[in-house]
Amino acid sequence: MNTLHHIACTWNPVLPDSRCAAIRRQAERHLGLRLKGLKHISVYAMRAGLDAGQLARFAREGLSDAVAQQVGIDRLPEGCGGFASFILVEKRPGTTDDEGLSAQRTLHDLLGVPFSPAPQEVFSSDLYLLEDALDGPVLSRLAVELLCNPLVHQYSCGPMASLALPVPEEEPEGEPLVETVPLEVSDDELDALSKQRLLSLDRVEMKAIQAYFRDPERRARRRGDGLPAEPTDCELEILAQTWSEHCKHKEFNALIHYVDKDSGREETIDSLFKTYIRASTAEIARRLEEAGNNWLVKVFSDNAGVVRVDRDRLFVFKVETHNSPSALDPFGGAITGILGNNRDPLGTGRGGATLLFNTDVLCFGPPSYAEPLLPGQLHPRRVFAGVRQGIEEGGNKSGIPTINGAIVFDPRYAGKPLVYCGTGAIMPDNYNGLPSWEKEIAPGDLVVMAGGRVGKDGIHGATFSSLGLDKHSPRSAVQIGSPITQKMLSDFLVVACKRGLVKCATDNGAGGLSSSIGELAPMAGGAEIWLERVPLKYPGLQPWEIFLSESQERMTLVVAKESAPKLAELAGLYEVEATVIGQFTGSGLLEVSHGGRPVARLDLDFLHDGLPRKHLEAEWRRPVLPEPEIPETLDHASVLKRLLASDDICSREEVIRQYDHEVKGRTVVKPLMGPRGIAPQDAGVMRLSFDDWRGIAVSCGIAPRYGDLDAYAMSAGAFDEAVRQIVSAGGQLPEPGRLDESTFWCANDNFCVPDSVYDAEKNPDGKYKLAQLVRMCQALADMARAYHVPMTSGKDSMKNDFRAAGKKISVPPTVLYSVAAALPDVRRTVTSEIKEAGDGVYLLGRTYDELGASEFQRLFGAAGGPVPAVRPEQARPLYFKMMAANREGLVRSSHDLSDGGLAVALAETTLGTGLGLRVEIDPVASSIEGGGALDSPRRLRAALYGESHSRFVATVKPKHCARFEKILGGDAVRIGETTAEPRFQIAWQGRPLVDCPCGELEQAWRKELLT
Amino acid sequence: MKPVRALVLTGFGINCQDELAAAYRLAGAEADIVHFNEWLAGTVSLRGYDVLNFPGGFSFGDDLGAGKALANKMRFCRLRSGRTLLDEIAGHLEAGGFLLGICNGFQILVKSGLLPNIGGTFEQEVSLIVNDSGRFEDRWCHCRAERPARTPFLEDIDVIALPVRHKEGKLVIRDAGIRQAIREQGLCALRYCDAGGEIATEYPALPNGAEMSCAALTDPSGRVLGMMPHPEAFLSIYNHPDWARRREAAGGNEEGEGLRLFRNIVDHIRRNRP
Repeated sequence: MNTLHHIACTWNPVLPDSRCAAIRRQAERHLGLRLKGLKHISVYAMRAGLDAGQLARFAREGLSDAVAQQVGIDRLPEGCGGFASFILVEKRPGTTDDEGLSAQRTLHDLLGVPFSPAPQEVFSSDLYLLEDALDGPVLSRLAVELLCNPLVHQYSCGPMASLALPVPEEEPEGEPLVETVPLEVSDDELDALSKQRLLSLDRVEMKAIQAYFRDPERRARRRGDGLPAEPTDCELEILAQTWSEHCKHKEFNALIHYVDKDSGREETIDSLFKTYIRASTAEIARRLEEAGNNWLVKVFSDNAGVVRVDRDRLFVFKVETHNSPSALDPFGGAITGILGNNRDPLGTGRGGATLLFNTDVLCFGPPSYAEPLLPGQLHPRRVFAGVRQGIEEGGNKSGIPTINGAIVFDPRYAGKPLVYCGTGAIMPDNYNGLPSWEKEIAPGDLVVMAGGRVGKDGIHGATFSSLGLDKHSPRSAVQIGSPITQKMLSDFLVVACKRGLVKCATDNGAGGLSSSIGELAPMAGGAEIWLERVPLKYPGLQPWEIFLSESQERMTLVVAKESAPKLAELAGLYEVEATVIGQFTGSGLLEVSHGGRPVARLDLDFLHDGLPRKHLEAEWRRPVLPEPEIPETLDHASVLKRLLASDDICSREEVIRQYDHEVKGRTVVKPLMGPRGIAPQDAGVMRLSFDDWRGIAVSCGIAPRYGDLDAYAMSAGAFDEAVRQIVSAGGQLPEPGRLDESTFWCANDNFCVPDSVYDAEKNPDGKYKLAQLVRMCQALADMARAYHVPMTSGKDSMKNDFRAAGKKISVPPTVLYSVAAALPDVRRTVTSEIKEAGDGVYLLGRTYDELGASEFQRLFGAAGGPVPAVRPEQARPLYFKMMAANREGLVRSSHDLSDGGLAVALAETTLGTGLGLRVEIDPVASSIEGGGALDSPRRLRAALYGESHSRFVATVKPKHCARFEKILGGDAVRIGETTAEPRFQIAWQGRPLVDCPCGELEQAWRKELLT
Repeated sequence: MKPVRALVLTGFGINCQDELAAAYRLAGAEADIVHFNEWLAGTVSLRGYDVLNFPGGFSFGDDLGAGKALANKMRFCRLRSGRTLLDEIAGHLEAGGFLLGICNGFQILVKSGLLPNIGGTFEQEVSLIVNDSGRFEDRWCHCRAERPARTPFLEDIDVIALPVRHKEGKLVIRDAGIRQAIREQGLCALRYCDAGGEIATEYPALPNGAEMSCAALTDPSGRVLGMMPHPEAFLSIYNHPDWARRREAAGGNEEGEGLRLFRNIVDHIRRNRP
């Protein structure tokens, strides 16, 4: 037994400790606690056989900073006297501890032995010393609210005298057990079994499994194979995971009876996915092919969609959500969300795409949320802060720029946040002549698990995300990502694929090996897995846990036998563990064993096609909401400032700055641009290489507010938003029929809805919610067809409800469209901020009396009225004119109109430019159909703040105005010009409505939501 | 004439290798991206390379402090010859080679004692610690070069706009002696300044709170440069947040200011070839 040692490092007291300073600020602000003095110490606990010299060198040279830190060996460093209390935060056993493992790596480097992550010998923890003598409950509160999350950490606290430095727990070895689960029980007992084992299977599904295992022939065969007649724990878990909503999209594939109560029409929808999503994309694909545009390469059938950039390159794009884990542990949920989503493009086709960018869209409860928190519910501000940090570390540490995103606030996201993580990647067209996007597997090929090791983390992630959250939600579902493990894995995979050593790759995400191998096995015809070979983080895992574990940063690779030695050698060089754990067969079975003992044997047909279909009910009736009472006369300068300061519109700089948006050195339009780098942009733009100017624009459309009035309008509006953002930045929409136009467009749809399955007791408005989903899908199909923008991938998340203490917080039905488009020349892109005084200012697109569910109405506390509608028959021609003007380089700045309408868009274009605007609103107000007398306040409000879709504000150099007006015709109206004086002026009927320095608007808009 | 050759290290979380290699290529040199372990295994050696480069990134996820774990590797791990990687670099510098570390690369050079190395013994004399803001930040800033330039990388550069993207960039100096040596020998190669060139003393123009507003250090030989800002992230004018206006002002010149550092060093090496 090696001796236990502690090495403690702390900042030299003359240096500022910004971490402690931040904790003190938060303690004062959020807990009302003024802390006198606070010191942070990194403590490394280790069991290692070191002599005194090695220990001292490890501590002084290896772990501490000789210039900035002080170190203590088996005691606290100098200068730690004078503190009264402590809080010690450790990771729970089995939780990712990168800091500990990096220390272990340094130790192995010091000792000159090859690094191994297991067994873990060095464990990191954080010790906080406080000058104040605080009592237990106060220290606990500090610990739980500011310093740790009890789901992933454990802490101790108290007076200094009671401080005990951490002692790493020894992991117990256990005998591998395979349990038989009796299914010959009553129906009620089946329900209970599903619930107790967290299977998330309903009675019909449980009975289908029961019937499978009843088959006498099967029973006889199982007996011969040494398996019990009834399922093993592993088999039942595999089925539950494979049949989970998360993996099988049961509701998107259900048969839906849809009734429109307004029109009396009824119809049966045979799968939302097939009817709306796949069908519209198939039609677009057909039209494109007929026109000779063959850029649509692979849709829906792999981990991410694939489109063609040019002869040599493909673009791979995927957006996912990670909502439930982010509700429980915001940091861990978000970092595993982004890293997990990164593995989708990496695991597309043969694998090895190079990750290009991330895009993240987040929905939270408002930071000022004041409702009492339910048991297990975290305050939205905390969720926001944790998720933000997870995305920062997941993206930055992987070297992937975050070039686009959005943040939306609504109290209904206070139970479950929505965390959308998207990633674009570039893959070579082929590897040694073999198409990169195709997966190829033959019996006899080896199954290789590469990357991180397997622990108990994340067990039941797939089934758990298909459940609503409550306070009994499993803790093992929470995990922390390790960006460095994944970065090393992806560096390795890119090279391995390039060298032709990998036949195909897929991600180990929800469901772990069970899911990745279960998906690949049918392509070969079967698979057998030898679980005893799987590298474990620590001993003591049961066979089913090894197979189902969702430990992160792992990929499953398919490798031809003859390539295995070379792959192993390359893995060694990159210090990535790559282990052969099984092989593909032609048996038609998924066979799993542990040390020669059978653990599972399932027919692939049953596994993938045995799932009974769901039948669901949907009922639509258009909701009627009251319109707000708005005073006749308004101080528009103050209304505008209030809008600019609103949660949904105010500056995101605080968040954006903490994401690296320009690593790789090729981001052309970043989230913030202009002379001072603060003007928000419509789409992110990235150049593909240093050798040419081709690029990709990426945007996101999300508009949940409108769903309160009409889910169709909401979904259509979100789609249009994503499209118009790219058009605004200079993108060119597909034009089938024009052979020279072959620049791709592709979209990901991500639906996040509350439980939409009707239940008289638990979900009485389930039919209406499902009808909302139906309408969202209808809009998707209509918009995709109208703009020729195909879906290439997507995801749905169906149970976004938080339940506790007899209450339920459900998200509003939300859909995100993430759109990416090829740009032939990034130098022709257009940014949103105004460029020079004297330019003409134009409004493009038509304005309607559409203030329903607008940000403006939100100021007055109601949402009713006409919801903005998308009119593609008007929008499409406008976009083509805009594109024509851009081809001639006439547009100097362009910004799309969304939250807050024209007034807000205009204000945003001035941010950080040092310039101003002088605008007359009359031409806009008078163009609105209906709206009453020309001088009616309603007309004016619709003009200023209405959120009618498919509109832009653009500026044009004086010498180009005539040509611009000729191209745009009646679709553009000149409303004013840019001014050298940084003043913001809007006039109406000859009177100034808003007249203030732009600096005042900037001041209102600048807000730090997180501090 | 023999081409100038740059070796760009990668692996273990380094992530700016591609743009750094592109910078050398655009400046007319050849650049090879090499995994750290290829160097350690002896399959690649520094011989034949003019400039060794430590790019930015998050080596080992910034665990133990940014750059620390990789600096440890350089001090502890031995090649088959028994020499450490640090010994190899010392040999490379003695033979007239150059060394550049950017961001995480700078952190590695500082923590392995290569910068500023006033004592010449590769002892750590300064450190780069967490920014005063406590945050990682991506923001564009201005830097003013020490005149006259102590290092060929910065010849003829006065004020340059570059992005910083780091959490641990606050330079702290071990003691008064080192501080004085840095000042007297002009080793603080770049200092954060405002757009007009005035040395910045306040956030955000001084993004991290570094002593002496220092953004880059060179060693007394001028052959080693470490810097927090990213010149390889400004190879084209389209990297700049205000490129639309800058392009007009530049009369169509599409080159980024960061490229000048690489042209400088490549030209310098070429000029001084025996």
